[in-house]
Amino acid sequence: MKFAIQINEGPYQHQASDSAYLFTKTALEKGHEIFRVFFYHDGVGNGTRLTTPPQDDRHVVNRWAELAEKHELDLVVCVAAAQRRGLVDDGEAERNGKDATNIHPKFRISGLGQLIEAAIQADRLVVFGD
Amino acid sequence: MSEDIKNFLYLNRRAPYGTIYAWESLEVVLIGAAFDQKVSLAFVDDGVFQIVKGQDTSAIEMKNFSPTYSALGDYDVNQLYVEQESLEERGLSVDDLMHLTWEDEDEDWAEKDSIRVVSRAELNKIIEAQDVVFSF
Amino acid sequence: MSELHTVNKSPFEKNSFDSCLGHVLEGSAVLLYEDGVYAALKGTATEGKVKAAQGVKFYALGPDLKARGLAQDRVSDGIEIIDYAGFVDLATEHDKVVAWV
Repeated sequence: MKFAIQINEGPYQHQASDSAYLFTKTALEKGHEIFRVFFYHDGVGNGTRLTTPPQDDRHVVNRWAELAEKHELDLVVCVAAAQRRGLVDDGEAERNGKDATNIHPKFRISGLGQLIEAAIQADRLVVFGD
Repeated sequence: MSEDIKNFLYLNRRAPYGTIYAWESLEVVLIGAAFDQKVSLAFVDDGVFQIVKGQDTSAIEMKNFSPTYSALGDYDVNQLYVEQESLEERGLSVDDLMHLTWEDEDEDWAEKDSIRVVSRAELNKIIEAQDVVFSF
Repeated sequence: MSELHTVNKSPFEKNSFDSCLGHVLEGSAVLLYEDGVYAALKGTATEGKVKAAQGVKFYALGPDLKARGLAQDRVSDGIEIIDYAGFVDLATEHDKVVAWV
């Protein structure tokens, strides 16, 4: 079965991203397909490569990135939500005159249409939020 | 079934301004309107506060996004279900809500109400009929 | 169509659980996870609501119970404890997932 995953909250503040990660990992282990993971609202914070948690804690961002590497996951961060919260890729930095980027290379910034498309294409949308 | 038109429901349960959920979910509705799916919105719990009329954010220095709800009709988003029980629990009636309308192309652009107040039992049947429910 | 409803907030803090219960139809399932697992406990103000929900099957996510120090014998009778694999199965077995975030 094909799943779309929506994550509404950032890392560490809420359990949403942790739960979504474990759901996604388990679904993949069971042979299901993850069409896309879409990060919205403060969930865009899951995509910053500058995240530096203490060494004895899980690394939420890298954990997603590693899962994406292993299973070719499409991790999409909403552009409008990202702009508001200062998450930037090369294209956004150039367009908006920013002097740095902070998106993790395993994530990509794209439009809200990616969430809609995922909901159309997938058999199930599973939302993790506050 | 993945290529067919799906029934999308946006489940709105949050009040505006205190958090950004209401506004950003409205942005999804606007973008989603371009995808030719069958779209409805449900206003439940504090979500009914999103469409209360007379919103004025000038003194809190935030954007008043409530006029955007009036534009939904132009995007063919015209099925707005408001739960009766949620209104009553909050001391509201339909008269406290914005008058949201759409123009029916099939009836010589007759102006019609977008808002339909439904009971919780009716709303549950509406939720049951959906293919996808978005929560924010 | 059968639905899987998910609740991830404590019923003592937010109305997600109550709101969910007001909107489930017979034949649907409710999964309690994250802080939602507090709604699964015996001897609480919410236990009666779980028992009163006719024709609704309740599940609680074991890893979230365990993390919070809630032993399985604290969970109301009739609530099935599942793991993440069970969560994934529930999502596939039902026609859609409704999140009461």
